[in-house]
Amino acid sequence: MEKDLGKIFSSFRGVRGELIPVLQRIQEKVGYLPEDAMLQVADFLNVPESTVFGVASFYAQFRFTPTGRNRISVCEGTACHVKGATDIIKEISRVKGVEAGETSDCMEYTLEGVACIGCCALAPCITVNDEVYGRLDKKSVHNVLKKI
Amino acid sequence: MEKNKKAERILVCCGTGCVSAGADKILEAFRKNISKTGAEIKSTGCHGFCQQGPLVIMEPEGVLYARVEEGDVPQIVTSHLENGKKVDRLLYTDPVTKKSIPNYCDIPFYKKQNRIILRNCGHIDPENIVEYEEAGGYRAIRKVLKEMEPGDVIDNIKKSSLRGLGGGGFPAGLKWEFCYEAEGDEKYIICNGDEGDPGSFQDRSVLEGDPHSLLEGMMIAGTSVGALKGYIYVRAEYPLAVKRLNIAVSQARKKGYLGRNIFDSRRDFDIEIFLGAGAFVCGEETALIRSIEGQRGTPRHRPPFPAKSGLWGKPTLINNVKTYASVPNIINNGVEWFRSMGTENSKGTAIFSLTGEVANCGLIEVPMGITLREIIFGIGGGTTGDSSFKAAQIGGPSGGCLPEDMLDMPIDFDSLKEAGAMMGSGGLVVMNENTCMVDIARYFIDFTQKESCGDCNPCRLGTRQMLDILNDIVEGRAKPEDIDLLAALAEGIKSASLCGLGQTAPNPVLTTLRYFRHEYEEHINEKLCRAKKCKALITYRIAMEKCTGCRLCFKNCPENAIEGEVKQPHVINQSICTRCGICIEKCPPKFDAIETYAGVDGGEIIA
Repeated sequence: MEKDLGKIFSSFRGVRGELIPVLQRIQEKVGYLPEDAMLQVADFLNVPESTVFGVASFYAQFRFTPTGRNRISVCEGTACHVKGATDIIKEISRVKGVEAGETSDCMEYTLEGVACIGCCALAPCITVNDEVYGRLDKKSVHNVLKKI
Repeated sequence: MEKNKKAERILVCCGTGCVSAGADKILEAFRKNISKTGAEIKSTGCHGFCQQGPLVIMEPEGVLYARVEEGDVPQIVTSHLENGKKVDRLLYTDPVTKKSIPNYCDIPFYKKQNRIILRNCGHIDPENIVEYEEAGGYRAIRKVLKEMEPGDVIDNIKKSSLRGLGGGGFPAGLKWEFCYEAEGDEKYIICNGDEGDPGSFQDRSVLEGDPHSLLEGMMIAGTSVGALKGYIYVRAEYPLAVKRLNIAVSQARKKGYLGRNIFDSRRDFDIEIFLGAGAFVCGEETALIRSIEGQRGTPRHRPPFPAKSGLWGKPTLINNVKTYASVPNIINNGVEWFRSMGTENSKGTAIFSLTGEVANCGLIEVPMGITLREIIFGIGGGTTGDSSFKAAQIGGPSGGCLPEDMLDMPIDFDSLKEAGAMMGSGGLVVMNENTCMVDIARYFIDFTQKESCGDCNPCRLGTRQMLDILNDIVEGRAKPEDIDLLAALAEGIKSASLCGLGQTAPNPVLTTLRYFRHEYEEHINEKLCRAKKCKALITYRIAMEKCTGCRLCFKNCPENAIEGEVKQPHVINQSICTRCGICIEKCPPKFDAIETYAGVDGGEIIA
């Protein structure tokens, strides 16, 4: 990770305003924000560690634990809600044995409810590893889950 | 061979909706198949009619093929391109007349629209700056730099009465003037593309479908107010929009439209893209500014307004994507042209994401002042299936739910506000009788409660209290006096919160209380959810005459709540049933024996 961080830092100037982009790049590379990385960011940008953690914990995008190999995100936007997103998330949770917002013990799946992904015409929809599957119901979601 | 000379073009919609439905595979298939036809193939931004996606449009005729699949491509090529014969089975069929409509301009969904901001979306390749220029792009900025003084430009925007299309509706020209007149050499402009409202995707469609129109609008704004740098704040959840924006900015830089001495005018202006990190509150301008500064996105008191003291304490102009994208049109076509559309106090057009239980979902642009009925029943083709209209949720978590008797109200910034809703970012979600209005209010409060930044008490604690009460109502624990308590809390939060998030958060509750109070009362007094949505207030019952005793429900019930002998009708033990719905799913469709009843007493009828 040291090497990754060094590489990331080298493309920034090291000023306060870069905090969020730096954290985004680290998460993109590592998959989450390890504590050690945040400490080094504080050092690099010359801000207190509490500031780094304060900012990182404020934004929904940042995660502090690794995710499973497959990320299943259920859109919780209004159109999806009206068309039954709650049932979809419950069904996935039941089939894959993982609660919403958690990662399965085997590190295979992470299930999460996410803010509107803007595919409202395909409601209700989910993304599996960033690929969108739309117009689902409690039954057809099984076809998607079979693929992973 | 005659017809091949007409420069045939195939436009494949590559907006997020269509890509999710497989548009990239279609594009690939066309590329493989069209080599000998001489037709040109193009990937475009969102064409709007997402419901029918993936969309393919054949130019010059304007024939629209709907719900196209990869396997349909060879037939389109042989039939349409080589033999000049339309592929009838892929044409859009009007759900009312059952007739197919070949030309997209004749489809009601498009016919009643007035696409000004979206004029290029779905028609040009957003990743190619030349196409934007061929469509008349970058003319307005040249005119501004060569023929106009900054004061004239601002005057034009003021006279046009363009209002902030991010939802607030503040006169754009005034904002520009404040920033122009603010003291200081260093100024910034920001484009607010933090479209966090669940159920809306219009900013995303402009960013994906016509990014250069935004850049041009920002160039005009930046050079007019005297800013050297602009930021586009865009949601990281919109990867395609981010990608196309990056391409657009680098193409514009290469052409000398961004950077130093733009358009050889001896003026400098550049744009940087900033990715939001997923906080709804950052749609509020002061929170957004703090986010760019690398801080937690908490709003601050205004005044001073950003026009005076914004990013890094410097004068900053901040407008929404659609507001900037409207600007080149106004410069090109004139103030009077723009003012000819809309209502007395809201000029121009509005973009809505039309979704939910409506036949034609998609992205639409309509003149201000159109009625909800024209949108939902004219453009949208009415509610889905045989369901009946119940409410339209307009403006997302800051907006409200409007009932059927308000369908004929002309909608603009002011009329919506009066009705308790707001334009918001323009999400329009149609709801039918299967939507529970208390559940919807609960859904939005749950959203805003989670997104509250926590800085001021009314919003942080108040929305939490409201959520608790709403949870009590949908779970059947509420008392009659809770309705008044809910309303009082809502009014308090509205008047005492620091920023727009808190001030508008109660709107979904207030409007549902105003127009659908009876549903709240039914939930509390009769323990009944008429939409059969709230699990605690419904009953499942097995119809004796339909049940064959196949025992599928019995075997699958996780609570062991189903009783009965083989080949005899079964019964659900209501004291154990958790209404998980697994029995409904397991009961074979040919029997369809399990019925849902509104209210907790429904089950006793049979017992």
